[in-house]
Amino acid sequence: MMNCKDCVHQVSDYLDGELDADLKHSLEEHLIFCHHCRVVVDSTRKTIDLYCDGKIFQLPDSVRDRLHSALRRKLEDGPR
Amino acid sequence: MEEQSPVAVSKDDFALVAEAKAGNYAAFEELVNRYENKIYRLGVNITGNSEDAEDVLQEAFLKAFKHLPEFREDSRFYTWLVRIAVNEGLMKLRKRKSDRLVPIADEVNEEGDVVPREFADWKPNPEELYAQAEIENILRDAAQTLPPAYRTVFLLRDVEGLSTAETADVLNLTEGTVKARLFRARLMLREELSKVFKRG
Repeated sequence: MMNCKDCVHQVSDYLDGELDADLKHSLEEHLIFCHHCRVVVDSTRKTIDLYCDGKIFQLPDSVRDRLHSALRRKLEDGPR
Repeated sequence: MEEQSPVAVSKDDFALVAEAKAGNYAAFEELVNRYENKIYRLGVNITGNSEDAEDVLQEAFLKAFKHLPEFREDSRFYTWLVRIAVNEGLMKLRKRKSDRLVPIADEVNEEGDVVPREFADWKPNPEELYAQAEIENILRDAAQTLPPAYRTVFLLRDVEGLSTAETADVLNLTEGTVKARLFRARLMLREELSKVFKRG
């Protein structure tokens, strides 16, 4: 059966769905019995989800306005 | 300014790039509207502050506009834009480093194991336990603990959704290096966030 060190090494590929069927089965079997590795898998998945949240670091309207003004000024400055 | 023809929102990037290259500014503006949020978020995550992120955003789009005729369309427009934005962000970090007496950590050790130390369960739905600004500070601070070489790989793969091959192309790395750095970045970030979000 897979040990904790091997499990941690495979976490990234597991979350990306890139493990072959046998390895995936071994890892999931290890997770049934190992609370620590289950925490590592769950919290790594949650880490990724938090950064992907569309509400995080939204572009402020004032910054958007300044960007579009800068681009229009560039356009009006003449040919590129 | 010349009257610009309207642009259908449903057009794909290739069509918009072709129109923008032909001089239709409205087409370029549609590309800006499509990606400005993502590029701003990338800027915040790379540089760690909103002022530098605004500079990254402006410079990335101004350079994309200027160099659009040279864009050969052998990659997605978005990937090309991300490459420009990442370079701008990393230049900001280098500039900041050269202004400091104490260097920031940007060396990476690709060898050795990443050993998890935090094994406590997380509180459920931590994003609902904190105000938006608090969550943003926590995530920004955690991202800043990573060496830039790991941070950029994590941001491009997990946050911006580039493939391993696209990330390797943008950062001039091998796909194997991208995968190794992504693994390390994910575990290092998890470790940092665990300190904040663990139960008890």
